[in-house]
Amino acid sequence: MLRYIIWRIAVMIPTLLLISALIFIIIELPPGDYFESYAAELRAMGEGVDMDRLEALRAEYDFDKPPVVRYFLWLAGMLQGDFGYSFEYQLPVSDVVGDRLWLTVLVSFVTIVFTWVIAFPIGMYSATHQYSWGDYGLTFLGLIGIAIPNFMLALILMYFANIWFGSSIGGLMDRQYLDEPMSWAKAKSILEHIWIPVIIIGTAGTAGMIRRLRANLLDELQKQYVMTPRAKGLHPFKTLVKYPMRMALNFFMSDIGSILPAIISGAEITAIVLSLETTGPMLIKALQSQDMYLAGSFLMFLAFLTVIGVLISDLALALLDPRIRLQGGSTK
Amino acid sequence: MNSGADLLRIEDLGISFAIVGGPVHAVKRANLRILPGKVTALVGESGSGKSVISQAVMGILPQSARVRGRILFNDPENSNGPVDILQMPRDGHEIRAVRGSRIGKIFQEPMTSLSPLHTIGDQVGEVLKIHTEMSGAEIKDRTIEMLGLVGFPDPRRAYDMYPFELSGGLRQRAMIAMALICRPALLIADEPTTALDVTIQAQILQLLRDLQSKLNMAMLLITHDLGVVANVADEVVVIYHGEIMEAGPVEAIFRRPGHPYLKGLMAAVPHFDMKPGERLKALREVPVNVENLLGKRKPAKAASDTLLSVTGISKSFTTRKSGWFGKHAQIAVRAVDDVSFDIKRGECLGLVGESGCGKTTVSKILMRAVTPDAGSVIYNGDQGPIDILSAQGEALRTLRTKIQMVFQDPVSSLSPRLTVQNILSEPLEIHDRGDARSRLETVRSLLQAIGLDQRSINRYPHSFSGGQRQRIGIARALALGPDLLICDEPVSALDVSVQAQILNLLKDLQKELGLTYLFISHNLAVVDYMADRIAVMCGGRIVELAPRETLMKRPVHPYTRSLLAAVPFPDLDRPLDFKTLHASGASDTSAWSSQFREDGDEDALSPTDLGGGHVVLARRTADVRELRP
Repeated sequence: MLRYIIWRIAVMIPTLLLISALIFIIIELPPGDYFESYAAELRAMGEGVDMDRLEALRAEYDFDKPPVVRYFLWLAGMLQGDFGYSFEYQLPVSDVVGDRLWLTVLVSFVTIVFTWVIAFPIGMYSATHQYSWGDYGLTFLGLIGIAIPNFMLALILMYFANIWFGSSIGGLMDRQYLDEPMSWAKAKSILEHIWIPVIIIGTAGTAGMIRRLRANLLDELQKQYVMTPRAKGLHPFKTLVKYPMRMALNFFMSDIGSILPAIISGAEITAIVLSLETTGPMLIKALQSQDMYLAGSFLMFLAFLTVIGVLISDLALALLDPRIRLQGGSTK
Repeated sequence: MNSGADLLRIEDLGISFAIVGGPVHAVKRANLRILPGKVTALVGESGSGKSVISQAVMGILPQSARVRGRILFNDPENSNGPVDILQMPRDGHEIRAVRGSRIGKIFQEPMTSLSPLHTIGDQVGEVLKIHTEMSGAEIKDRTIEMLGLVGFPDPRRAYDMYPFELSGGLRQRAMIAMALICRPALLIADEPTTALDVTIQAQILQLLRDLQSKLNMAMLLITHDLGVVANVADEVVVIYHGEIMEAGPVEAIFRRPGHPYLKGLMAAVPHFDMKPGERLKALREVPVNVENLLGKRKPAKAASDTLLSVTGISKSFTTRKSGWFGKHAQIAVRAVDDVSFDIKRGECLGLVGESGCGKTTVSKILMRAVTPDAGSVIYNGDQGPIDILSAQGEALRTLRTKIQMVFQDPVSSLSPRLTVQNILSEPLEIHDRGDARSRLETVRSLLQAIGLDQRSINRYPHSFSGGQRQRIGIARALALGPDLLICDEPVSALDVSVQAQILNLLKDLQKELGLTYLFISHNLAVVDYMADRIAVMCGGRIVELAPRETLMKRPVHPYTRSLLAAVPFPDLDRPLDFKTLHASGASDTSAWSSQFREDGDEDALSPTDLGGGHVVLARRTADVRELRP
């Protein structure tokens, strides 16, 4: 098992290298760079542009070198923890991202937990009570959850949260804590705010997961090995949890791989509507203004999470399912 | 009948399922009893309601089932007298105390009845965890003891193994351990050996009998195999379409079958004592009419010339066993190892062997679906010999019309999206035979040939029974007028009565059309009925090949002999000789005498001719006279 983990981690390195190259190419693809779009913007506003200063800046950030050299400089910088400089914010990327990064991780993590806590019992109930009123009702709710766009749900919830609880609209914390260091009051403020984005971002995922769990579980419930423990006299609920549920877990585990990046990148629109201090809105802005180091670091971060997610789900699957662990890719 | 003496009494049991279009009555007014310490066999074909009865006894019927009547369980350890299982609340405390503890159950499919995610020890020990107060260590000891009792060679190791690491026979042993660990008063065995090879089946039957008498429990054995019944049962109950036809002691039932259904069932089973030319009596015979069939020709000339000649074919499959660190050990499995045989024009060559012996791979090589590593296959058609393995273009197209296949599973071998007409005319379209009108004519005469009604031409496969679908499969194989039919287990998925019908149909077609068959089966009795010569395969090699009678009467190779010894006869006077069975199965070479073993020397064995077309695989040095037992 240990050798497998080491091997899986070793495989991640070339994967990440390949992704970084792809990200760099994609960012380079549009004509021009940050300085050109900056100059164009200035001209559009009728201001003069100091071309000499721009050229100096270009040289300072190695933009006059060929792309291959810049790629390696970028890569080398990242390995040393230097993610480059955000032109838009006039700050190093790590300072710009800073707080947002761990807030994003927090929101994502809570959302995943929320999704599972809601989806598991409902999916189990739906599968064991197939075609009952409860099943239909929960299915209906789930479909509504899938159908309503997240930003709309965000607007609705924001309105009611304000009316009923008096929470300030938007954000992950009250304004005064924004640039303050972590404190007890700040944590409380975050907890007060976090449930709205969690519900909003989690709804669609929860609904989808309920449907998938129901379908998976229904498949498993038909199988013979579910009858065997019943014939042993095991309590029906214990049977459900120990046997078919465990089988149906496999898809949950393989889901982790895609759930991490999906929640982080898929929540941008919601984050903008709610003006959350997460990374989503920043990424979009960085891409629009060709702020390449910021955008590149973001994309790398997403890629890293994806790779980590897949790793976690692979390891969890191997732990959970002895067929994967012991048969290890043997084919006929 | 004194109700106090019966362990289980089923009175006036009716089970129906509510489905769209009115209820389906699976069991109608059934009465039966199970005596303590005796084996009661419940015999019937698929869909007769026998499994539903067993589910009702354990209270594990599907939710949609409606039940009436009484199932009285008189537990000897419960002094309060009989209790009615049907009165217990569904999945309630009472019924759960009975399940697994007082009534154990073994299911048909050992592959799917065990959870693949839990160890054998966990699943077997779970029964004790539910029904007793034992500590974890005690449970483990008892479980290991039980695994040893059901014949695990190393029970300690087996405790921590997963079901997929075990063979089918061992999995079924684990199931038995699970059902018996609480020493139940009644064991329900639902087709416990149907999915197993014949030699494994004999071992499991022996084990069940031994344990049944050792633990002095009653057993309800559900089966469709009269051979199994004759060898194991004390009492027999025959069920047909949900109604009990006949019940009584096994002696009375087998010596003097009263009900016409039972008589018909017995006449439909092929057995080894059939006279040459004797016909099975199918419950519903199919008339064969090949008058208008394309490709009809005179019955075969003297069966002398060779139609298909197979020389030295071998095929290895490599399995990649990857370690945890990308360490790939390539293990080559020889599925087919230096196999040679000839099929003569107009004969039926039987190919017998247990699962995994390579017989299906041979058939695939003949169809050119698998390319062998070595060897040659020559087809001697009307237009001269064709090398099957290298044929291209026109020769290959000719070949495709001359060799056709009949598959095992009639359900999955017919596309559910095509009508019978589409299915039967597709081969004609592929080979550009005739126009739409003449194709329709051909389809009609094909239907006539297999005895299906002309009106079924526009129906879809799902509206036919298993036997009818298999007939459609045969008709499809006949559409192009082939010379050679490869029948790969064509009746193993069918009920006994339907099996006789299909076998007779194949025999009649062979006679009328002068066809040549390669008949692949694991069922020796079926092959005995069909074949002129029989080849026995073991571990990818043909170990013995002889004319039918020689092989059946005077088998030489130990593998053939143990195969024959393991077949249960539906005849009380010929019980299985359980003592001759080897614990490790028939293909365990260490039990063979030294003339038949290679003992590490790969080149030691060669086909030895015993005369009269009887060839056996033995050491080169062995004397022919020594080989005969």
